[in-house]
Amino acid sequence: MRIKNQKDFWAGVLFVALGAFFAGFGLQYRIGTAAQMGPGYFPTALGVIVILLGMVTSVGGLSAKAAVEKGDKPHWPTLLLILGSIVLFGLLFRPLGLIVSLFLLVATSSYASHEFSWGATLLNATVLIAICLVIFVWGLNLQFQLWPSFIGN
Amino acid sequence: METMLANFGIGFGAVLSLQPLSLLGLPLSLPMNLVYCFLGAFLGTLIGVLPGIGPVATIAMLLPATYALSPLGGLIMLAGIYYGAQYGGSTTSILVNLPGEVSSVVTCLDGYQMARRGRAGVALTTAALGSFFAGCVATMLVAAFAAALAVIADKFGPTEFFSMMVLGLISAVALASGSLVKALAMVCLGLLGGLVGTDVNSGAARYVFNIPSLADGIGVVVVAMGMFGFAEVILNVERKEAREVFTNKVTSMFPSKDDYRRMIAPVLRGTALGSLLGILPGGGVILASFSAYTLEKKVSQNSAEFGQGAIEGVAAPESANNAAAQTSFIPLLTLGIPTGPTMAMLVGAMMIHNIQPGPQVMTSNPKLFWGLIVSMWFGNLMLVVLNLPLIGIWVKLLKVPYRFLYPAILVFCSIGAYTVNNNTFDVVATAGFGLLGYVFLKVGCEPAPLLLGFVLGPMMEENFRRSLLLARGSFTVFFTNSLSLALLVAAAMLLVIVTLPSIKAKREETFKEK
Repeated sequence: MRIKNQKDFWAGVLFVALGAFFAGFGLQYRIGTAAQMGPGYFPTALGVIVILLGMVTSVGGLSAKAAVEKGDKPHWPTLLLILGSIVLFGLLFRPLGLIVSLFLLVATSSYASHEFSWGATLLNATVLIAICLVIFVWGLNLQFQLWPSFIGN
Repeated sequence: METMLANFGIGFGAVLSLQPLSLLGLPLSLPMNLVYCFLGAFLGTLIGVLPGIGPVATIAMLLPATYALSPLGGLIMLAGIYYGAQYGGSTTSILVNLPGEVSSVVTCLDGYQMARRGRAGVALTTAALGSFFAGCVATMLVAAFAAALAVIADKFGPTEFFSMMVLGLISAVALASGSLVKALAMVCLGLLGGLVGTDVNSGAARYVFNIPSLADGIGVVVVAMGMFGFAEVILNVERKEAREVFTNKVTSMFPSKDDYRRMIAPVLRGTALGSLLGILPGGGVILASFSAYTLEKKVSQNSAEFGQGAIEGVAAPESANNAAAQTSFIPLLTLGIPTGPTMAMLVGAMMIHNIQPGPQVMTSNPKLFWGLIVSMWFGNLMLVVLNLPLIGIWVKLLKVPYRFLYPAILVFCSIGAYTVNNNTFDVVATAGFGLLGYVFLKVGCEPAPLLLGFVLGPMMEENFRRSLLLARGSFTVFFTNSLSLALLVAAAMLLVIVTLPSIKAKREETFKEK
């Protein structure tokens, strides 16, 4: 069977999966009755609605009348580099401090651009770190650790 | 009328009140709220001008910074970002034929053509004057109707509120672009996301999975930044288009007598239409500029000139989108129901400052309510100054290439996400929502309905629970209560109307043009 509208089909699959997640765990909380609702009542009901809507979407994407729409293939390098740079910042902020982790964030994410160049990235990182120091540390007086903890300050 | 004047008095007092402050050791007294208003309008113009970052992500970034401000100061600043972005978006449309915001897409049509004929300055002035006029009228409307509506809404019980929220969400979905079923599913997922955390009624931890950071729920900043900031950045970078910056010499800013004569009627019509459509939940602002342009094209004597630099084609949609941006505060301030993703962010901001949005804000917090309204007028005035004499600055900014811009967006978002709770878990969670938002965009699902649902989730459950508790579990209560019935019938009718084949085709056509 050919999937005519891939976007709708996969959106539906995603909805069913997420709905099942919420409904499934929702059932583990006390449901209660309509008059005395437990914590599980509302989320389970909503989860079931999402599953139903997901099924409608998927089936609609399979129907012969559906508009042909191909899915957009994700561009993995861009996705991984940009999300990776943020996760990296989150994980390294505490051990490495603001300056090093910001530098890594800018360098990693800039690498995703098709116009990447080391010179421009270094310049951009320097400017951005300076702006952050002025706004957050000096201006708003936020207590950030600036340098890696093993250097100490 | 007299009470309205008195109310404006409260507002002016709140906005202009001096606050002591020490700057570089000097004791100063400044009207800080005006300063925040300026900051908001300035930042709003900035992001409005820059394509690739919208008001939702910006407000998410700045929300943590408003913790330190008074609730009024914070809200004034965030509101300034919102309507400033509508203004700034037009500059980019006119000068580079690239809409800074979705609501200024139609301004490209004639604004850019005017610029190509050497009339960029006139187009910018038209947009600014039209917007200013629309902003002033709409602010008066907000003041007049918000108070009246809040009095009515104050009598709402949980049943009416629940049905009101259903109507709000349904109309947001019906008026937005894309598939209706998908958008409904997104709303429900948003509502579910809003329920994560400790349930206030039973104390049960829902969907927390022993992660301490989730016990208080997922922050609206995390969701908005991930889905509106990060996901957009990834899509923009992967598109690889080198942004072509067309820098037209902005020469004369002054419209001729004939120009003024031609812009009056379109500005009036645009303001009226925009004010009306802005109150509707959903794509109010976008819908306003589109319909104002279409209307003008139909009624104008110069309709043949449309698309080739007709001044009416700039005046009408620009007035309409600014009017709509202002009047969309009416449902927020009176019912506590956000009509779009940006308004949802403002709800988030109010909750952070422990203000439960709803009709009681006007009575319990009159300074905040009227101060915010009055600040919009000041903001509009500032925007004229920001957009006309300072236009050169924004033109320069347009030349900043995206490869410099997007790492900056990531840096400010990441630090912003961290500072909400001084928690690195939130940074990683934001990246998670970035992934989710990216996947949703890839399969053709708009993130806006999800954010609306997310903000309304806890409120909706609470009112649903209370309604049924009072009705002893009988679901008929939603239909026996006459107001609730009317609201639900309206919601059902909206759903039926947008699924009618003829309307459906037209709706899809309208959104295709974008």
